[in-house]
Amino acid sequence: MNDVIYILLRRLRAPLITLIVVYAVSVLGLVLIPGEDDQGQPWSMGFFHAFYFVSFMGSTIGFGEVPYAFTDAQRFWTLACIYATVIAWLYSIGMLLALLQEPAFGRLMRRRAFVTEVQRLREPFYLVCGYGVTGSLVVKKLAARDIRSVVLDLEQERIDAVEMDGLSIRVPRLCADAALPDVLHDAGLRHQCCIGVLAMTNDDQANLSIAIASKVLVPERMVISRTESDVTTANLDSFGTDLIVDPFRSYADYLVLTTHAPYTHLVYDWLLNPRHRHMATVHKRREGRWIICGYGRFGRALFSAFRQAGVELTLVDEGSPDLVLAGQHVRGIGTEAVTLEEAGVRDAVGIVAGTFHDADNLSIIMTARALNPRLITVVRQNLGENDLVFQHSRADFVMEPGRIIANRILAQIKTPLLPVFIARMLSEHDDVWAHVLLNRMSHVVGDRELDSWGIRLCEEQTPALLMLQQGQVLKLRTLMKDPRDRSCSLACLPLMHRRGDEVRLLPGELLELREGDEILFCGLSTALHQMEWTVNNYNLLQYLLTGQDHSHTLLSRLLRSSGER
Amino acid sequence: MNREKVIFAFFIVLALTLNFGFFIGEISNPHHHNEYELFAALVTSLICTVLKFGDRTHVGALMLATSLVADLQLVAAAVIWGYAVQIGGGLDEMILASIVSLSGGALMANILSVVLLVVETVMVRR
Repeated sequence: MNDVIYILLRRLRAPLITLIVVYAVSVLGLVLIPGEDDQGQPWSMGFFHAFYFVSFMGSTIGFGEVPYAFTDAQRFWTLACIYATVIAWLYSIGMLLALLQEPAFGRLMRRRAFVTEVQRLREPFYLVCGYGVTGSLVVKKLAARDIRSVVLDLEQERIDAVEMDGLSIRVPRLCADAALPDVLHDAGLRHQCCIGVLAMTNDDQANLSIAIASKVLVPERMVISRTESDVTTANLDSFGTDLIVDPFRSYADYLVLTTHAPYTHLVYDWLLNPRHRHMATVHKRREGRWIICGYGRFGRALFSAFRQAGVELTLVDEGSPDLVLAGQHVRGIGTEAVTLEEAGVRDAVGIVAGTFHDADNLSIIMTARALNPRLITVVRQNLGENDLVFQHSRADFVMEPGRIIANRILAQIKTPLLPVFIARMLSEHDDVWAHVLLNRMSHVVGDRELDSWGIRLCEEQTPALLMLQQGQVLKLRTLMKDPRDRSCSLACLPLMHRRGDEVRLLPGELLELREGDEILFCGLSTALHQMEWTVNNYNLLQYLLTGQDHSHTLLSRLLRSSGER
Repeated sequence: MNREKVIFAFFIVLALTLNFGFFIGEISNPHHHNEYELFAALVTSLICTVLKFGDRTHVGALMLATSLVADLQLVAAAVIWGYAVQIGGGLDEMILASIVSLSGGALMANILSVVLLVVETVMVRR
């Protein structure tokens, strides 16, 4: 607040001095000019009366000529004083208003308000740098889970969007360059409640400087960054960034999964994407030749991922890309039937429209589908505003970088167990296993959004679970019962159990739990709310364990024990 | 020569000299203490305060503080004078003594202010 007051005072120096001088001269004049009292005797005004008179005259209130009627000389002086004081006041107030309306002053005030708000945060929060498609999705999802965030963005428009998005909790926000350390500091980089920094600007250099600033200041705190080039990825990795999301690379891996393990791909998709794909989509033929249109960043990532997986490929691009064999390459954009025919669209299984232009991409899949209706179509969406068109394009996959990054980041934030589960699933289990799991998931949630959450048996997160009585054993099944009626189960499914280094996927319901265990669940988010009751409320837990719904106050315990005797 | 510095130093020294002029003399003798001089000292002191606004250095903060002290004491002296003349029983010796001693306090603050001004000038050596 100090600098605001300093600037205010410094700028108001001239008007204040003017006011003091005008008042002093007016008062002095009134004191010096001889007057008369009501008897016509000479009388001269004292400083007290002069100051009183000038005070109400200067503010143009005007109580009249006190204490006696003025002489002509006094009136003459008063006339001059009236104009002088009014002008002095107008000048001072005008300066003050001009200062308050100055954009620089407004920025300063907003910055101060932001800093105070961030400093007053007493709950854990995430520092989100960049409020584009990704940032807004992440902040929205965090708000839905009652997790606070602080937003920084370079553009005022996007900062205004925070207000218009109608979030359920207040989000402190500032329009400033997040790559600057002092801005980050003001946004709470060193605040003890800041539990994670998300660098999601569309500038790799900015992301890099945010990530490194955070890692230097608080090394153990989570940092998540997006990146668009391999150089940055390697750089971010070198100083221990916790999660690095390259949208093109991760989408390429995701897409490759669909070609050889469709059910594993679906499990992955259900866990990560809020709007998951229907199980029936798996019944399309996927193994065979794919066509990739556009050899930009996305095309390149896809090309190398597909080639690693041993998928046959044809590339359609205007340039002549390196590393591609002559037989695999067709010149053109892919929007015309001729080019697609040349690329062999009739006997391909899938086509990826991955150019920089949304209209071109849509045109490619429309044309391709007309030539071969059974084709799997993947279309890249570059602009978030085109949502409506892409949703109705009937493409099998819509690749939107912002959403991909948001989903990956949310998975990490929801629970760090989820990425562990996914990595285990991809490395250890086959598609049949995934099919079984998918059927169970589908049984639990149907077409609704599959949420996932982790529970750790410890004093802070699950106090009730650690208050068990002698001889009572806590089984995994107990957690999954409905605390309102223990004969019903919650709509959830245990995915993974971790005890120290020992990890077990799809643990059995009879598993006995111990302190320090971590369990990953998936299911409806309503089930999460019910489960929170169980793990936090001792009475409900006892009800689930024993079926008796006692009140556990001292009095009722005494009464009960005397009743038993 | 910096015009701003001249004005700044002028007002600070003027505040001190006016204050001194009012203060000097037998403490309870009304003939030794001029009403107009107190008024001038008060106005100059107020202007000094405003001139000191906005300096973010440590010396600047100290100077502002001394000025505020001088203002406080001079305003108190003026209020006592006005009260005694208009509402109380007139300007007797005791009242005048307290007015002059208040202005003496303001004088100390003004002396400090000038000392700080000199210190700052010496430190900067320009």
